[in-house]
Amino acid sequence: MLDFTILSENFDVFLEGFKNTLYVSFLALIGSFILGTILAIFRIAPIKPLNWIGTIYVEFIRNIPLLIILFFIFTGLPVFEIRLSGFVAGTLALMIYTAAFIAEAIRAGILSVPKGQMEAARSSGLTYTQAMVHVILPQAIKIVIPPLGNQFINLVKNSSVLTIVAAGELMYQGDLISSRTFVTFDVYIFVAVFYLIITLPLSLGVNRLEKRLALSN
Amino acid sequence: MDFIGAYSPDNLMFLVDGFWITLKVAAISIVLSFIIGGILGILRYADIPVVSKIVAGMIEVIRNLPLLLIIFFVYFALPEIGIKFSIEASAIIALTVFESAMLAEIIRSGLNSVPKGQIEAGRSSGLSYIQTLWHIVLPQGIKKMVPPIVSQFISLLKDTSLATVIALPDLMHNAQVLNAQSINYIVPIFILVALMYFVVNYILSIVTRRLELKAS
Repeated sequence: MLDFTILSENFDVFLEGFKNTLYVSFLALIGSFILGTILAIFRIAPIKPLNWIGTIYVEFIRNIPLLIILFFIFTGLPVFEIRLSGFVAGTLALMIYTAAFIAEAIRAGILSVPKGQMEAARSSGLTYTQAMVHVILPQAIKIVIPPLGNQFINLVKNSSVLTIVAAGELMYQGDLISSRTFVTFDVYIFVAVFYLIITLPLSLGVNRLEKRLALSN
Repeated sequence: MDFIGAYSPDNLMFLVDGFWITLKVAAISIVLSFIIGGILGILRYADIPVVSKIVAGMIEVIRNLPLLLIIFFVYFALPEIGIKFSIEASAIIALTVFESAMLAEIIRSGLNSVPKGQIEAGRSSGLSYIQTLWHIVLPQGIKKMVPPIVSQFISLLKDTSLATVIALPDLMHNAQVLNAQSINYIVPIFILVALMYFVVNYILSIVTRRLELKAS
């Protein structure tokens, strides 16, 4: 049976990790949403060099492991005299990685808005940027929310990788506890439960949204 | 930065060895998880009273856990209850457990895309439920499943790098070994390793897009 005294005795440590996981995930989500939106607009803007930048970023980052980005920031940047803490390096890596996926989700959302909307906005005198911000993006957001939710779930799960650079999130705190108490099995089960507390409700919510969206179409 | 030293023949061979392990572990895991995921996906799809609910619960729990936790669990926690695997076996098992849940969902949604009328038609022409699934639903669903399965394989190739934490001698691990030799190697090695992952995954993602176009 599970040893619940491990949980109660180390509850502060688990909670610390839980908070840090949420904190890292939120920071990375906000950062990657901003960066992802910019990249998505780069990819569809009628300016060729921007298209290239957007496409190269998205295709390259999507096809390499998160771990490479993390190691590059944490151990590669110090070569150029840029030293970041595990927490900052980890959040940056998550942000850079997730932005590529969010960019794709947003681009798909924008492309799903009928072309006539842009033409109508442009012919009523709005500039391209105004049309994008006031007409296209608000309509795209509805379609983008479920995939964004999925990306947030992935972010929370991927944040566990930050344990490698000792960022103090849930997985890291779990490892601390297990190396101090020599109990691994039970500690990992509790760590799993803490992750599920975040990810399961999100996943159910996303499923429900997707179903509702499918019905409304 | 020492590109010439970093890209010495020995180092390149060492990276290729690692990449071979990455590809091998990923390929074995995708085959195993296709089989297990297939069974789980069909069980969830089939709406068998208690069984489908239990399978659905299992899939949801595993899908929502970090893969790293599963890898740690298999390698560090299972020995505590007397189950011990080698590093490579642990990596394959952890990846298979995680990817099976992912593939089960892909397979289920592929099956769901086949109109229900097909089952009714199959049943009323005298086939059993299993026969209907096997001969009517599965062949039609498979077209929808192939593109997401290939893109899941891309994730798997990337995720294999996580097994570095239990010292699986994969591409990521061997890169870290070389990086530890000299600070001047770090950037050149990262560039090369990133390109190796990128080339294979990018080719796979082009394949996915082709298949998606064909399926639609």
